[in-house]
Amino acid sequence: MSDLPIPMASATPLIIREKMPLIALAGQPNVGKSTLFNLLTGLNQHVGNWPGKTVERREGTFTFEDHSYSLVDLPGTYSLTANSPEEVIAREFILREQPDVVVAVVNAANLERSLYLVAELVALPTPIVVAMNMMDVAAQEGIRVEPEVLEAALSVPVVPVTATRSSGARDLMHIIEETLGDCRRRNPSLPEIRPDHREVLAEILRQIAGQVPSPYPANWVALKLLEGDAEITRTMQIALSQQKWMAVQGVLRQHDDALLAIASGRYEWIGRMVRAAVIQPKIGQITLTKRLDDWATHPFWGLVVLAGILGLVFWLTFTVGSPVQNWLDTQVVGGLSQLASDVLVNAPSWLKGLVVNGVLDGAGAVLTFLPIMVIFFAVFGLLEDMGYMARAAYVMDNLMHLMGLHGKSFLPLFLGFGCNVPAIMGTRVIDSKPARMLTILIAPLVPCTARMAVVAFLAPAFFGPKALIVSWGLVLFSLIILVLSGSVLNRLIFKGQRSAFIMEMPLYHIPNARTIGLLVWQRSLSFVKKAGTNILAMAVVIWALSVLPNGNLNSSYLVQFGKFVEPVGRWMGLDWRLTVALIASFPAKENAIATMGVLFGSSPNAGLAQTLTSTFSTASALSFLVATMLFIPCMATVAVIRQETKSWGWTLLNIGIFLAMTIAASGGVYHLALAFGL
Amino acid sequence: MINMRRTSLAELPTNERAIILSFANGRPETNRLVSLGFTPGANVDMTQNYGHGPLIVTVRGARVALGRVEAAKIFVKRDRE
Repeated sequence: MSDLPIPMASATPLIIREKMPLIALAGQPNVGKSTLFNLLTGLNQHVGNWPGKTVERREGTFTFEDHSYSLVDLPGTYSLTANSPEEVIAREFILREQPDVVVAVVNAANLERSLYLVAELVALPTPIVVAMNMMDVAAQEGIRVEPEVLEAALSVPVVPVTATRSSGARDLMHIIEETLGDCRRRNPSLPEIRPDHREVLAEILRQIAGQVPSPYPANWVALKLLEGDAEITRTMQIALSQQKWMAVQGVLRQHDDALLAIASGRYEWIGRMVRAAVIQPKIGQITLTKRLDDWATHPFWGLVVLAGILGLVFWLTFTVGSPVQNWLDTQVVGGLSQLASDVLVNAPSWLKGLVVNGVLDGAGAVLTFLPIMVIFFAVFGLLEDMGYMARAAYVMDNLMHLMGLHGKSFLPLFLGFGCNVPAIMGTRVIDSKPARMLTILIAPLVPCTARMAVVAFLAPAFFGPKALIVSWGLVLFSLIILVLSGSVLNRLIFKGQRSAFIMEMPLYHIPNARTIGLLVWQRSLSFVKKAGTNILAMAVVIWALSVLPNGNLNSSYLVQFGKFVEPVGRWMGLDWRLTVALIASFPAKENAIATMGVLFGSSPNAGLAQTLTSTFSTASALSFLVATMLFIPCMATVAVIRQETKSWGWTLLNIGIFLAMTIAASGGVYHLALAFGL
Repeated sequence: MINMRRTSLAELPTNERAIILSFANGRPETNRLVSLGFTPGANVDMTQNYGHGPLIVTVRGARVALGRVEAAKIFVKRDRE
């Protein structure tokens, strides 16, 4: 989390606002905001980062009745108080970029809680429209809501929508158009502070009058000061004279319970709205969520469910992903190599080498990992969208405590099974800095798809029918190392600190195909882009190093380097080729295979797998697989660790720890395997 | 009122209801609890409490998971009928 307020306005204005009205989507998590965003924009969306932050920024454009609009999806937040970067981004965007309309998405099935953000939004100067989403879920739960009554009570337009069934979007757009054309300033009903604190609020307002920096409304700043908002407190400390600041601070110190008075005022306001609009509250039936949670959140059965789900993912990877991958490898990539060789038969040998052994053998093989990536992205998207992820975090809370972490830290780790890069970025859900740093340190120990793909390729080659057991063993081994190193690091570096575990458990709901489809599409696209540039370039570099300086592999730079570090490799049971393959896995884990392809000169007909089987002992194979699991995180992960920790010290510490663990564990496994006669 | 007892939320058994009295959680934590619906005077229903590990409560119609340490700092009065 950054300690400085981010000057949003001076940062690059990413949105082109050429007469195109700008709409911002705001809402609490789990109200279906993303589904509504996807419904409106479809594939016309762009995913990036908020300037200077690692919070995902989604924006898009769409056309409705011949008018174009630009839409920004603000991060999901429960309030607008600076508890995390998300809240700061949402409110700074509304105040500084001044969108033409803010669409506040609320959950019809739980108006009381989801109106809390609306209670904050109505206090800001931008016009708002409330999209009452999940009307179907509300009906299912036996709740009857009257949007027009809520509209009258709020004095803000309210539109019922069910984004998952694409219903209500047209009505919403008509209301947005109306609001855009309406120059009259609406006067929404505003929540008030609890009466016993009115005088305190007035006093703060008197002290800061005329001193509030733009674009903040004075009233809003006074409330945020009383709520103890860290960012606004800092801003006002700078803006006010020392004398005024002392006076303000004095008042704040005497009333450190003011945040409860403000929140109570908001809930009191919400209570009035809900009493008017909800004509039939929830009936006390045993819901689907309750029945599923009896299993999914049970201290024992919950773990069984989680293990089962993970098992299913790996089973899918091996039974569906691997055959597709093998087919791509032998037929598509192999076929292309053959074709290229035929076409380039009269070309200079360096060109033929570059195309066939560099580009095709390298990047082509990488693309064959795509089926496995897609499986992972789809399963995780599905679990996320169904509401299961919060349950996984909940049941893992106890285990995470061993490392001084709590359940939420499990979510990025879970994501790490797909790819470590989003896992490191996902650590921002963790509120405390030490817990976040520790999670970043250990996250690369979660075996990612790329490493599993290497294992999925090598394990059957080395171990035949025992491949599944060996793969499972490797995963388990990594996770045990993760817990061990986590608890050791927690005691050594973080002195056993722990952080608060507070997390909403959303209702289970039927997953939305469009939401998951878009997620899989975006993540796969970004993987292919990475494969198309970074990994391809690396494959060519490795090939070049393997032929330079004089076209002979055995005297090439690559072999020279491999032989230079061979003593270490040999202790781990690896020859120079495996050592080089391991080192080459730094740019991207999949490169291990691509590099082997280059080093062993695999011809399309005799697959690399057979060559490897006949060359290495079981002990060496095990050692290499262990090294693959534990080796320095890939280049992209290291880059993102640097970006998230904002420290080279942490990044280098991370690399050092992983290098030491690899040498120790692989060497240990190799010598142990030898002792058992493998 | 009669038949009311002051306790921490962590000690509230499954399926029992209580009213929130006060917090000893510290400011950033209280801010987060408040935005999730925990305010003095609000009803909480214990949805799941096995006496160890995290617990789940229902507050203002939403389910929220809390660590045991966090729940122990929320004081409630228990409705014992």
